[in-house]
Amino acid sequence: MSTPKSLFDKVWDSHVVRKIEDGPDVLFIDRHFIHEVTSPVAFLGLETRGINVLFPERTFATADHNTPTINQHLPVADPLSANQLKALETNTAKYGISHWGLGHAKNGIVHVVGPENGITQPGMTIVCGDSHTSTHGAFGAIAFGIGTSEVEMVLSSQCIMQPKPKKMRVTINGKLGAAVMPKDVTLYIISQLSAAGATGYFVEYAGEVFRNMSMEGRMTVCNMSIEMGARGGMIAPDETTFAYLKGRELAPKGEAWDKAVAYWKTLPTEEGATFDIEYTFDAADIEPQITYGTNPGLGTGISQNIPLANQVKDGEASYKKSLGYMGFTENEQIVGKPIDYVFLGSCTNGRIEDFRAFASIVKGRKKAANVTAWLVPGSHIVESQIKEEGILDILNDAGFELRQPGCSACLAMNDDKIPAGKYAVSTSNRNFEGRQGPGARTLLASPLVAAAAAVTGKVTDPRDLI
Amino acid sequence: MAYDKFTVLTSTAVPMPIENVDTDQIIPARFLKATKREGFGDNLFRDWRYNGDDTPKQDFVLNNPIYSGKILVGGRNFGSGSSREHAAWAIYDYGFRCVVSSFFADIFKGNSINIGLLPVQVSPEFLDKIFKAIEADPKAELEVSLPEQTITILATGEKESFAINGYKKHNMMNGFDDIDYLQAMKSEIKTFAEESLY
Repeated sequence: MSTPKSLFDKVWDSHVVRKIEDGPDVLFIDRHFIHEVTSPVAFLGLETRGINVLFPERTFATADHNTPTINQHLPVADPLSANQLKALETNTAKYGISHWGLGHAKNGIVHVVGPENGITQPGMTIVCGDSHTSTHGAFGAIAFGIGTSEVEMVLSSQCIMQPKPKKMRVTINGKLGAAVMPKDVTLYIISQLSAAGATGYFVEYAGEVFRNMSMEGRMTVCNMSIEMGARGGMIAPDETTFAYLKGRELAPKGEAWDKAVAYWKTLPTEEGATFDIEYTFDAADIEPQITYGTNPGLGTGISQNIPLANQVKDGEASYKKSLGYMGFTENEQIVGKPIDYVFLGSCTNGRIEDFRAFASIVKGRKKAANVTAWLVPGSHIVESQIKEEGILDILNDAGFELRQPGCSACLAMNDDKIPAGKYAVSTSNRNFEGRQGPGARTLLASPLVAAAAAVTGKVTDPRDLI
Repeated sequence: MAYDKFTVLTSTAVPMPIENVDTDQIIPARFLKATKREGFGDNLFRDWRYNGDDTPKQDFVLNNPIYSGKILVGGRNFGSGSSREHAAWAIYDYGFRCVVSSFFADIFKGNSINIGLLPVQVSPEFLDKIFKAIEADPKAELEVSLPEQTITILATGEKESFAINGYKKHNMMNGFDDIDYLQAMKSEIKTFAEESLY
């Protein structure tokens, strides 16, 4: 009998072109996503060296990080942003790379458009110059973020050079409680492991909770893997995965589909496969979550008070600096804190299910007068679904407007910046100092918690509104 | 992109005893709009270094003239968050050639090695000794030897070894990068691609 293998080992090992002694593996990359911010210097590098793109058909470009979320039909006002968008257009045209630029019907956030168009598939290796590339692991792919030097490597050789990470498995069994979303599951895991708790590891999520999760939910969980330091996260492909993929534009068709599914079914981790470290949690312990500090590990159940310094893994000085920035103190209640902004969107929570959840709370209610809300779909396809399903009407009736797709206030590269000192309940992925604008204070949460805050003007337990 | 070869670096160091220094602090997203790799050092730690009106924040270590050098010493989990290589570029462009911490985020560590910025991971105890040595004398020098894989506090002679794989060490000592290596194995990659399922 051969040694039982994990999903991660099967996918990684089948992509190793060469193993270097006392060095990294040369790993073949099936799909490469690029965007306007981390690719220009890589293309410049190709030109400087006088080398070409090896497999242009394996790279897909979309503009998202730096794009406006209103009036996308007008020229981009910021000349630097416009220049980056132009560079992406020029570079992709020059090398024959697919480009879904601003205004294209398929445009949207890279980690939303890849899966929804069937580019992302089980068993693949996928990279992008963006740490949230871990999102694609939801399909049972090895997907992770890379730097610009590596973008240049993939363009020129379709390979990167990395040592094989260690393996972690996080298992959660049981049933999730009312108003507990995939975002709460991931924020809970990160709060238990800390913002550095999975550094050096690739994570597999296993157990009943993930098996019962939709693809959108699995993407939210895998997306946040990087927020506990993991290289990536993945979930074994199953019938939910195949049902999501079938018929999508770039997914295999006909006989190729049957052949692919037969292969994908061989991928899940085998009984008895070992991991370098394992964690097990109980679904019943997870309530809606919210963060109160300046790294994603500083989160807690919404009904809890802000922990004391000796209750967290961060050092005392760093913890106090964090609470000082947020304007919070130890042992304070979070529920009831007034907030100023709500952001629904990003590669973490910008998919149709997130908008359905948000709408379920705001339906029949009104946006609080003190709240500015930015609702940003992850792609044009999501935007169309919002309209077709009547969600837009619900949002409009409650006093909300829908913006156009992009990364928006998640990283505030465009004009969607939270002002200094203001509090934002955000469905995005990072609560770092200044992440959503210089001086902005971010509380990460699920779309339900964001909706509850949007209609009450303060941090509110969504279980009180459902 | 070519970078300085790294062998032995002897320098004073800039202490930053803060945990979880994420790449958004190292270089905020609004400074990522360039299409060339130039001038990122000007915005290194922008929001910790400058007030909203661009005047320097006097209490930030990079604005304190008693600290200088080519080595940046940071707290645990340095370089977490966004994969932006711009963070490593900004540190390099500012003039640092080595970052020391007890723990690095994976992507930052990889990006740094790829551009010639040496990440040196030491034990929490040794990191503490370095901070204490700099506190005692801001001009205290550290010696980082890549051939020996050691870091030494010269004032006390205390020394610790650090890990780096042989391939990357060879690259950094000679100023090579992975693209040179991969270009040389293109035919092997093409053969591999022909068997690809996707």
